[in-house]
Amino acid sequence: MIKQLLLIALFWVFSNAATAIEAINPRGLEIVTEVDRRDTGFGDVQMDMVMILRNKSGDESLRSLSMKTLEVVGDGDKSLTIFDRPRDIKGTAFLSFTHPLTADEQWLYLPALKRVKRISSSNKSGPFLGSEYAFEDLTSFEIPKFSYRFLREESYQERSCFVLEFIPQYPYSGYTREQVWIDSERYIPVKVDYYDRKNALLKTLIYQGYQQYLKQFWRADEMVMTNHQTGKSTELINKNYQFQQGLGGRDFDRNTLKRAR
Amino acid sequence: MNKNAMMCAQRVLFLVLIVLPVKSLLAWEVSGYSGIESLGFWEQSLENQQQSHYLSGVIEAEFYHEWNDGRDSLVFVPFFRGSEHDDKRTHFDIRELNWVTVADLWELRVGIRKEFWGVTESQHLIDIINQTDCVENSDTEDKLGQPMINLALIDPQGGTLDLFLLTGFREAVFPGVQGRLRFSPRVNTEQAHYDSKGVERHLAVAARYVRSVDQWDFALSFFHGTSRAPRFLRAKDYNGDDQFTAYYEQINQAGVELQFTEGNWLWKLESIVREGQGQTYFAGTGGLEYTWFNVFSGGADFGVLVEYMYDSRGFNAPVFYQDDIMAGFRLTLNDVQSSELLAGMVIDRRRRTQSYSIEASRRLGDSWKMALELRVLTQVAESDFSYSLRKDDQLRFELSYHF
Repeated sequence: MIKQLLLIALFWVFSNAATAIEAINPRGLEIVTEVDRRDTGFGDVQMDMVMILRNKSGDESLRSLSMKTLEVVGDGDKSLTIFDRPRDIKGTAFLSFTHPLTADEQWLYLPALKRVKRISSSNKSGPFLGSEYAFEDLTSFEIPKFSYRFLREESYQERSCFVLEFIPQYPYSGYTREQVWIDSERYIPVKVDYYDRKNALLKTLIYQGYQQYLKQFWRADEMVMTNHQTGKSTELINKNYQFQQGLGGRDFDRNTLKRAR
Repeated sequence: MNKNAMMCAQRVLFLVLIVLPVKSLLAWEVSGYSGIESLGFWEQSLENQQQSHYLSGVIEAEFYHEWNDGRDSLVFVPFFRGSEHDDKRTHFDIRELNWVTVADLWELRVGIRKEFWGVTESQHLIDIINQTDCVENSDTEDKLGQPMINLALIDPQGGTLDLFLLTGFREAVFPGVQGRLRFSPRVNTEQAHYDSKGVERHLAVAARYVRSVDQWDFALSFFHGTSRAPRFLRAKDYNGDDQFTAYYEQINQAGVELQFTEGNWLWKLESIVREGQGQTYFAGTGGLEYTWFNVFSGGADFGVLVEYMYDSRGFNAPVFYQDDIMAGFRLTLNDVQSSELLAGMVIDRRRRTQSYSIEASRRLGDSWKMALELRVLTQVAESDFSYSLRKDDQLRFELSYHF
């Protein structure tokens, strides 16, 4: 009987380990909350993206797309991604409503058939357009999607950084954990190490060329994701950022999806 | 000096004001594809005019122009396929030629357009706005452009009500005497019959309300006008040879679409009630799709699909599926070349007619794409609607360039 109780107690302790860590070590959550606070209020943003996919032998393949994001206060953001290259998928568009706690809602528009298709949002770990980015790397950041642990402070590229561990709390993630370097002055991520389901180092993401918009919001011009296990990498170049162009819910609905370009 | 500079600036401004609209008129965005297709049949044809191999070429371009920050747009999509042997398959169509204007609570779309309705994969029961392009591909996914006025009323809370006035009925075109994948005897396209005339034949009205609520996506629709899919009547041509003629009737169709999305599951249902083609009947398609994403962390998605198709007219229904089960799988590699494979079979529960299909595609470099389709029909019962196609097992290969 005592043994059973002990087992139950042990089980309880382990199942609450993540929460327990936060309770003992709240600094991680505090830092992330500050990151989130400083990036709140952007309203809406749109930009063009170019992805350069490189394999081990250096062959390159190009993707070009554009993305619009609408900040939704009290819920996750809405985003619309429109593909332009390669040409055979031109006009294909992807609409996503993120939610902090429940499953995201996602629709895909197939221009050849003029068909809007509701798709499963369980695809977190799969590659986006054959690149080294997984869907989960590109969805909007929401605090409750992870639990956080403060590891240490160290300098990275001559900037002092907080090093945090992010543990995904949503189902279907391809990662056991992410190690994130956050610039302790600007409160922005500068580097992420992703660890796969077997807890082996899978990928590294490096943010380059940060620029500040509207005197508040930092956005990187370039993000390079390197897969250590395959030797492939994807360079993501962000261009033509436009903040607060007055986008609203109507720019993120089924009707807009059908004529997005 | 100062005066000169002012004048100079004025001239520049004047020039800019003149050139801007002209430039915007010229700012048409062009894209599209062009390809060659090989369509081969390995079984002896039912009729000796039919060939065993058809080479064809296709081009489709999209000319797009927008102004007012994208709130107004014009699109023009001409399409042409030229095929060996079959003069009916050589065809030109304006897939789209329309103007769209957008406001907060509505959108108006006027001109030739394509509109898709439905959620299921095995067949598209509800999809009725456009006529099927019956000579383009036997998968019936290609449609002819439909002239229309479409007003979409948009509820900011999420729903959209689309109202359609469809101006001009388009008859289906069927393969010519030398073509495969046709009825035997052939359908005489020159002699279609109607149960209505004039405005009534040519005008149709339709409405659809579509909405998403959490995990549910649903739509209710209604259509009144000339049926896109005809019934076929046996007749004799002036030589006394057997032929079919298409008979188009005025119908009313009410439809419901439903999809429930939960985790890796998609549950789908669409169903119609139609009156006007003989007895009022009911038809439905329902099923599910389950997908494993990023299988073995290799990036690929593997999905299985099962759907059941029903038509209350039973054996007499002029459709391929009336008591049939479709099972298939979809493999998406998510690699740089976007390689995809879709394989499926459909089995008639009573008559045991079976059809198998495999569709595969892959990008080559940045702009080329190749696609392969294999379709096989076996144990075709004589009473089956597909009986004329029993010798038309086919292998289709297409290489296309996208610009």
